[in-house]
Order: sequence, then structure tokens, then C-alpha cells
Amino acid sequence: MTLLDIKNMRVEFPGRHGVFTSVDDVSLTVAEGEILGLVGESGAGKSTVGNAIMGLLQPPGKMVQGEVILHGERIDQLSKSDYRSIRGKRVAMIFQDPMTSLNPIETIEYQLVETILTHLDISREEAKKRAVDLLDQVGIPDPHIRIKQYPHQFSGGMRQRVVIALALCVEPELIIADEPTTALDVTIQAQILQLIKDLCRNRNLGVILVTHDMGVIAETADRVAVMYRGRLIEMGDTDQIMHDPKEPYTRSLIAAVPPSNKKINRFPKVAIEESDGNALQNFDLQGHWLGQGDAFDTSHSNLLEIENLNKRFVIQDAFFKRNRKYLDAIKDISFNVKAGETFGLVGESGSGKSTVARVITGIHTANGGSMRFAGMDLTGDVSAKQKSQVRRDIQMVFQDPYSSLNGRMKVGSIIAEPMIVNKLTSGKEERTEIVMDLLELVGLGKEAARKYPHEFSGGQRQRISIARALATRPRFLICDEPTSALDVSIQAQILNLLKDLQEELKLTLLFISHDLPVIRQMCDRIGVMRHGDLVEVAETEALFERPQHSYSQVLISQMPKFAK
Amino acid sequence: MDMLKRAMESDLYWSFRQSPVAMASAAVALSLILASIFAPLIAPYNPFDPASLNLMNGFSSPMEPNQFTQDVFWFGSDDQGRDVLSTILYGMRISLFVGFAAVLFAMIIGVVLGLISAYVGGRTDAFIMRIADIQLTFPSILVAMLIFGIAKGFTPVHLRDQMAIWVLIVSIGLSDWVQFARVVRGAALVEKKKEYVEAATLVGRGPVAVIFLHILPNVLSPVLVIATISLALAIIAEATLSFLGVGAPPTEPSLGTLIRIGQGFLFSGEWWILFFPSVTLLLLALSVNLLGDWLRDALNPKLDD
Amino acid sequence: MISYIIKRAMQSVVVLLAVGLVAFGMFRFVGDPIDNMLGQERTDADVERLRELLGLNDPFIVQYWDFLTGAIQGDMGVSFRQGRPALDIILERLPATLELATVSAVFAMVMGILLGIYTAINRKGFVTTTILTTSLIGVSLPTFLIGILLIYIFAVELGWLPSFGRGDVVDFGWWTTGLTSWAGIKSLILPAITLGLYQMTLIMRLVRSEMSEILRQDYIRFARARGLTEKTINFRHAVKNTLIPVITVAGLQIGSIIAFSIITETVFQWPGVGLLFIDSVQFVDIPVMASYLMLISVMFVGINFIVDMLYLAIDPRLRDGKEG
Repeated sequence: MTLLDIKNMRVEFPGRHGVFTSVDDVSLTVAEGEILGLVGESGAGKSTVGNAIMGLLQPPGKMVQGEVILHGERIDQLSKSDYRSIRGKRVAMIFQDPMTSLNPIETIEYQLVETILTHLDISREEAKKRAVDLLDQVGIPDPHIRIKQYPHQFSGGMRQRVVIALALCVEPELIIADEPTTALDVTIQAQILQLIKDLCRNRNLGVILVTHDMGVIAETADRVAVMYRGRLIEMGDTDQIMHDPKEPYTRSLIAAVPPSNKKINRFPKVAIEESDGNALQNFDLQGHWLGQGDAFDTSHSNLLEIENLNKRFVIQDAFFKRNRKYLDAIKDISFNVKAGETFGLVGESGSGKSTVARVITGIHTANGGSMRFAGMDLTGDVSAKQKSQVRRDIQMVFQDPYSSLNGRMKVGSIIAEPMIVNKLTSGKEERTEIVMDLLELVGLGKEAARKYPHEFSGGQRQRISIARALATRPRFLICDEPTSALDVSIQAQILNLLKDLQEELKLTLLFISHDLPVIRQMCDRIGVMRHGDLVEVAETEALFERPQHSYSQVLISQMPKFAK
Repeated sequence: MDMLKRAMESDLYWSFRQSPVAMASAAVALSLILASIFAPLIAPYNPFDPASLNLMNGFSSPMEPNQFTQDVFWFGSDDQGRDVLSTILYGMRISLFVGFAAVLFAMIIGVVLGLISAYVGGRTDAFIMRIADIQLTFPSILVAMLIFGIAKGFTPVHLRDQMAIWVLIVSIGLSDWVQFARVVRGAALVEKKKEYVEAATLVGRGPVAVIFLHILPNVLSPVLVIATISLALAIIAEATLSFLGVGAPPTEPSLGTLIRIGQGFLFSGEWWILFFPSVTLLLLALSVNLLGDWLRDALNPKLDD
Repeated sequence: MISYIIKRAMQSVVVLLAVGLVAFGMFRFVGDPIDNMLGQERTDADVERLRELLGLNDPFIVQYWDFLTGAIQGDMGVSFRQGRPALDIILERLPATLELATVSAVFAMVMGILLGIYTAINRKGFVTTTILTTSLIGVSLPTFLIGILLIYIFAVELGWLPSFGRGDVVDFGWWTTGLTSWAGIKSLILPAITLGLYQMTLIMRLVRSEMSEILRQDYIRFARARGLTEKTINFRHAVKNTLIPVITVAGLQIGSIIAFSIITETVFQWPGVGLLFIDSVQFVDIPVMASYLMLISVMFVGINFIVDMLYLAIDPRLRDGKEG
């Protein structure tokens, strides 16, 4: 039976540059006991649909057209107080970040009881009992004890369970889950998704699962609605959308998703979104300045050798040494990176994979162990000259394209800076020419040099970041989650670009990611990290097909499957 | 030209044009500043030239011809026959000079210490911030008074009046650096965590270059906001100190000194001696404050409402 | 938690020691104590004898120690102007200032918090705009001008309230109060408003911006999504979260009131310690300045310590020694 029926919804946000239509003529339905996946890239308007159903659009946003019908009753025109009595009682919502969704200074019990008493006419004692039951149902152990605690005493996954318990308080008919697992690690994500699935089946709830993650959709949803720039592009059963999409946008979107079950050489070109320019065309890189870096010492098959590396941080300083609290971010790890290969480091948040990158680049100093780069010891006494040499040879592409570029500098200056600092060019003219070439190379075009970073999208900024890294003519490029902040179609382009550059410039790559399918597409060999330990190093296919360590097995079994 | 074009197209300028309050206060502040810069050209009299003073002109009402000399004073004259308008123009010069100089002084100390504190961290940071905390425990006006008192103790008696203005600048400046240091440190800590700072280190920039070429330009907007608000506070602080008699000397009266003098005539009916300097001080402080308030909202979209 | 309290207590002691150092520095280096104590007709032998007597020949650290132990026992030196112990002079003036400061602080806190909450919840509208505009004018008006304005309206023009002094005061020997008589209360009204107005404005603006920030948090949105009433969201969730950080700053503001009373006391000729301090600055009466500084510091540090402990009692995140 139809639970929710949205007819021709249109949401507008008036602003400085005119009226922005966030949702344009969207119609969809959700049945009881059904999970509808609402999928799209950033700016698609998928979250706005959820907020509009709840009547919680951020001002000045307004639903200017359409109807929202819940069980045959139109709700979008209800008065404020009538709408409020629906929220939490008949329609509930789960937000993305469990760390900020709960009031930090009230106990879990207070927040649960308060919600229950708002909607149900029962005694406080009954409400308390019900609250304990709810925590039990969402899988929180020792609910009697934990209910008296404050949000900060719960881990991220447990907090999201509390948020779900709050949403279930009064047995709603419909739950809108807005990216409910995006802030969580893979293993916890799988548990939360399973919980949502079970609740939907057992209680015959309707669920709208808003997400950008095709893997999550494929695993969880019964039907899928695909949105693009405010419009509903396509809607159908999950199987059909995943394997036989009708619309070109859906097709290219699906094509851009890295498959979890096999390695493909390149991602197919995505037709829409920003253009790729003519990256890598018209370039004879061998003869170009970029191809004439430091002489390559080929006698070492291992470009980077790491042995028993340690890094510990002081997380709480104290006057007496014994009272200090430490965090061992990396514990005794050893691995080698062969010249010309792509070595992957994979792990959940807090596993220490980014710390490895920062120790290699010298941003952090190791507490023990040794690192050798092209035969040179990096941990012992190195002369300043050698140090700057190594710095030049090792460059990095960062995770967040919005914070990795200095917003007060023009793109041209950002890319020229490494050459100026290291005196790599003969003069300003040559430098300008190389900046232009680099911009062409990463597919942005010469005009980009005169603009500021904020004039570019996330994917374009990541290209600028790559161009900057290349400006020292490095041999070793560290990519720290280079695409985790990007939409999937942009991610495919950036990954292609990195692959091409590696081939042309004979780069060695250290590729760090939490995203297993991406790692599978990019890497030759992979190291799996957990709590600062390197638990397994293996060839890519061997790791995915026959993981040896128990943690690798869990990680690979829990990853959202998206097969092609 | 490029700079100008960019400025005209910027969000800041757009929000400036959207805010009548901001435009009006900018106009008022600018005219007051210009009037005080060109005081010697604009002022009808030079109130500090004994030759131009005539005791017969004492207590003339505004706009009315003096009963003895028939001289007309727009804003009236004081007990010694000085033109109130002229004393205000000259007094505002001193108020503004002290205000700007003190803010500049505070800004330089605060920004440098704040940047060092954020970038170096550890014990240096703890030390600087502890001093700031201790000073913050005491209201800046009290700190300024104390510094003024101590400095006065150090200055030889015959130099006290001459040095008063400079002592005033140092006391207000030293009492206000903490604001800058804390804001800059906070902003710099946020910037320091951003990846562009790591990127700059990776391409080979040293710490000094990273601080001044990369971090500093990115923390300038909060500094601008604090500087504007501090200017209003410094003008008020100067006026307060002078009003209390521990600031500008009677030989170089600032607006605060004029109000101190005028207060004496409150009960005897010569209201204009008190009224006009007070209104000028209010206009000056209010316009700068309104500008600062607008600037804070405009540069911080998060607090936009 | 215990270690946190000890840490804060130690910090307070460090602050007092630092202030003590400043006060001591004033004694030792500003002006020459010998000059202040001996007249023109002195011999080198006199000077040397006095130096020895005052301990001026001892090492710096010993002198500082002597100063501190003296200060703890209430010996802050003798006023250059009045020739009486500086601390005695200050203590007999203290009740007047404390009475004024307390009344203004209560006024500033209550009004500031109420108006702040009101303007944060009702972001637009005539009343909010009026309050905010008035408050900005309030911030731009120096305290002394507000005082003069009030005197002009209520004392000169209307003649309702006295323009200076404390009115009738009852003396208990260790404390004096004006609160027991109508004349005393009438004398208190104008100075208290003058002193509290600026702090009230600051607290109001702080509460407003803090609460606006809180109202934008995810947990407030989530509270709406749970169907809670606006009243519950505003007055339970938002106000409680707002007041936690506000307490710290408000505590500091209360401390400031004592110092700001210098200005108000001057305008209204209120016979408190502020008026005394201003006189001592004008005449470079170092012992009085130093004693005032020490006394004020003890009060500030005490207030700060209490505020910190309050914070600890309210915020569960802090209680567990964790950051939220």
C-alpha cells in the first residue's frame, strides 16, 4: 500500500543571484515496508526532498508547488503545530552525523523520555521503560546502565543507534535517513544498514534512504530514484537501475562507480559534468621540462623502504612524563614500495594510514625505525641539501580540495611556488610557460592561472593540487584520500588522470584510502592497517580474493558490494 | 585597476551597498576623520593661539552674536572665550591620533604574538596565552590606567604633560593586544590544520615564510574586524581616561578632556560646552562601531542572519 | 576531576603571584621609596640606614618574598598622601563599591540574559531591531557620558534623584550600607544603571550570538525532527546549552564591573575604592595603587575560580575530563 506520495514537488531558495530551484517537479512514492534509495551527487537536491517532507526546509527555502501525501492525507499544508505532531510521531528523520545530532548536555534517557512524552499520553515511568526497550531493540548492550549516560560517552556507531532509537520512539510510519552511514567506518556502516533493513521489515516501515553511495543503495534499497540537479532522472527497481539503466545520466553515473569485484583499467568517460579538457594531449613529456627531473637511480628496485617505523603523539601533556598520555599512531610497521608501482594503504579512520604519509614527507618526525628513499637514509642525520632534494622528490596530493589550496593566492602563483622556492627554472618566463603547460596537462586550460581557487569546483581544485605536486618534478607521489571528498563521476576522472600521469611521468604512487573498491582499481599491492599496525601486505587481487588476516577478511566482507 | 575591479565585484562591496547603515556610518566616520586631519584649515579659530583669544568672548551661546564683541560662534564658546567648534576639531585630532596609534600598536604586538603562539605551540604558546589570560582577567580600562600610572611614575615631572599623549597610546595599546592575539591565534590554529599549510612546507617553504606568506593573509579578515571594533573602544578608552583626568593634558585637550571641562558647566546652564563635544564623541564611536558590526557580519557568513 | 580542580586552583595562585610581582615592581622601581620617605635634608648615612631597614639591599627574590608575606598579613605599605596604612584606607571604602557593583551586576545579568534570549529567538521584528540598535548606541556611549546624561535628565531637569554621593549611610563599623534608607536607595539607582548598562549590553549580545549559534546546531534540527515544541527546543535545549559558555564570560564581566566602577564613582562622586584609585593614579600614590590592584585581583581570581567550578558542575563533558 502506498505510504507516501509526493506529487510535482518544487522547492526554491531565493538568494543574491536570483532564485535557485533546488527541487524541480519531483514525484515519487514509497510503500509500506519498502526502502526507497534516493541517490544523486552533491547539489542534486536529494536532502532537500527529505527536509521538505519533514516541513523543515532551511529558510528562505520554500516548497512552492506540489503535494506531500501521507496515507492519503495531504500534510504539506498543515499548520505549524499540526505539522509538529506529525514529526517524530508519524515521520521520523535520521541525520548524517551522529556526533552532532544529540544534545551534548542531557542524558540519553532525558532525550528519549522527552520525545516519547511529547507524542504519547503515558506516565513518565512507562516512558522510561519504553526508552530502555528501544535501546535494547537498536542493539545497545546494557541499556539500563547506558541510558543514564551522556552522548559523549558513546562511540560513533553507538550514537547513531541512539539516534535511530530516538527516531523510532513513537513507532513512525516513515523514516527519512539522510546519509545515515556516511560519517561511519565500513564495518559499522554495514551494521547500521542491517539494523535499518531489519526495522523496515519487522515493523513494516517505509524508509527513504538518501545517499550518494551506490554501494549502499545496491546493498540496501528495494527501489531507487536517481536525482540530478533537482530533477528526478530515473526511478526503478534496484536491480534494473544497477544493471540496466535507461537514462544516459544514470548509465554514466553507474559506469563511474568503481566496481568492488574486479579491476578495470580505466573508467569510462562520463559525458556530463565538467569537461576533462584535453588532458595529456599534445604533450611530448619526455622532451618537456617535466620529463627532465633528477637522474633516476635505477639500481634500487625499491624506491622506498620502511622498517619498524614508529610514531607516537602526546595526546595529553602533563608536567611529569609518566602522567602524559600517548597515542601510538604507527606501531613498528615495515613495507617497501617498488619503483613505478602503486602501493595502497587501506584502513578505517584512526588506523594511522595518513600518519604514515606525513612521516614519509617529513611533516611528522618518526619516533623510531628507518626510512630509505632511493637508497638514502631519511631518519638519520641528513644534510639540509639532501633534505630539500628528498622533499622535492616526494610530493603529496591532499584529501580536502577546499583546504589544500591557499584561497588568497591565484592558481598561477600556487603552482609556481614550488619552482620559485626550489629555484627550478631559469627565470620568470620559463616558469610561466611551465605553469601553463601544467594546467593544460591536468585538463584545466591556461586561463585558470589568473583565477582564484574559489572559482573552481572540488574536482577542478584537485587537479590544481595535482599540478602543484608535479611542479617539483617528483618521482614519488603520495595521494592521501584524493577523491574521498568528490562525487563519484569526478572521482573517476581524477583517478584516470592519476593513472595517466603515473604512466607518462613514470611516477611511483603511495595511494591511501578507506574506500576498498577505489583501492582495488588503483593499486598493484596493498597494505591493510588497523590501530597503527600493518596487519597484511599482499598483491591486490590476492588480497581481495583470499584475504589472510582476520581483519582483512572482515573489512572485505563488510564492504558494500557493487558488482559489474 | 585589477584590484579595484576585484574589490567592486567582491561580496564585501556588495554587502556594503546592501547596507544603508554601513554606508551612512562610513560616510560619517570618513567626514569626521577628514575634518580632524584638516582641522587647521577648517577651524574658524586656533584655540591654542593665545593671541586670538579674547576673554570678553567667554560663554557665548551658539549662533548668537556675543554681547560685547558681536563675534558669532556656531557651537558657542567656553569660559575662556575659545570657540567650541574649533576645540572640538582639534580635540578630535588628538582622540583619533591616539585611537589609531594605539590600535596599530596593539595590532602589531597581538598579531605577531598570536601567530607565533599558534604556529610554534607547546610551551611558547602556553606562556604567551597565560600572560594573555592574566591580563584578560582585568578589564582593559583598568590595565590602561595602571600602565598610565606606572609610566607617569617613571616620567620626570617636567616632561609629564609632553609625554602624556605617548604614554596614553602605549597604555591603551598594551591593554588591547590580547584581543588581537587571541583572535589571530584561534584563526591561525584553524588555518594551520588546513592542508595548504602542509603543502607549502612540502614544497620547501620554511616556517617564517609559511607564517607570513600563507597563514597571515588568511587570518586578516578577523583582524580587520577586531581592529575596527578596537578603534571604537580605543577612542572611548582615551576619552574615558582623559575624562577621569589621567589622559590627555589640558594643554592638548582631547574630546574626553573637553567633556571633563564641560561637565563643570552642566549645572550653570552653559550646556553647549558639554553638549557638542559629547555628541561628536558619540558620533565618532557609534559610526566606527556600526562599521565594525557590519564588517563582522559581512566577513562571517556563518553568523549571517 | 579532582586534578582539574587542583590545576585550576594552582593557576589562580600563579595569577596572584604574577600580580603580586607587578605590585611589588611598582613599589620597588616606580619612584624611589627613599625619596618618598626622607625629606630634602638627608645624609647618605640616613639613606643607607633606611635602605638596610627597608631591606632594599637584599636580593630581589628575598625582597619579593618579604613583600608577599607582608601582603598576606595585610601590610601593603603606607599611603604617600595620607600617611595611613593603604589597606585600611581601601577597606573602609570597599563596602560602597561592593554594594554598587552587586546591584549593577544583578541588573546586568538578569536584563542581559533575558534580552539576549528574546532577540535570539525573535530574530526579526520591530522590538528586536529597536533593542539591537539601542544596544549598539549603548556600546558606543562611554560610561561617563551615560552617567552625565542620566544626571542631566533625572537630577538637573526632573530633580527626582540625587546626582552625587551615597545619601544616608548606616555604619556597622565593619560595613556601611545605604540600602536601609530611602535616600540611600535613591542615590544608588543612577550609578547602578550607569555601571550596569554597558555590561548588560555585552551580556545581551553574547547571549544572542551564542544562542543563534546553538539554534543552528544539528541537535536542534534533530529536536525539531523529533516533533518537540518550539518552547521546549528554545527554553530547554537551546537556553541550557547557551548559558554554559555564557557563564564564563559573564563571570569576567562581573569582575569588570568592580573595575569599571572607577568611572561611575568619579561621575557620581561615589565614595568607593574607584574614586580613591583615580586619586592615587593622579598623585602617583603607589601603595594605594598597589593595594587596590592586589585586592581587585583576589576578587577577580576568586570569581573566576567559582565560575570554573560552576562550569564543571553544569557541563557533563567537562566532568568526565573529555572534550565534547
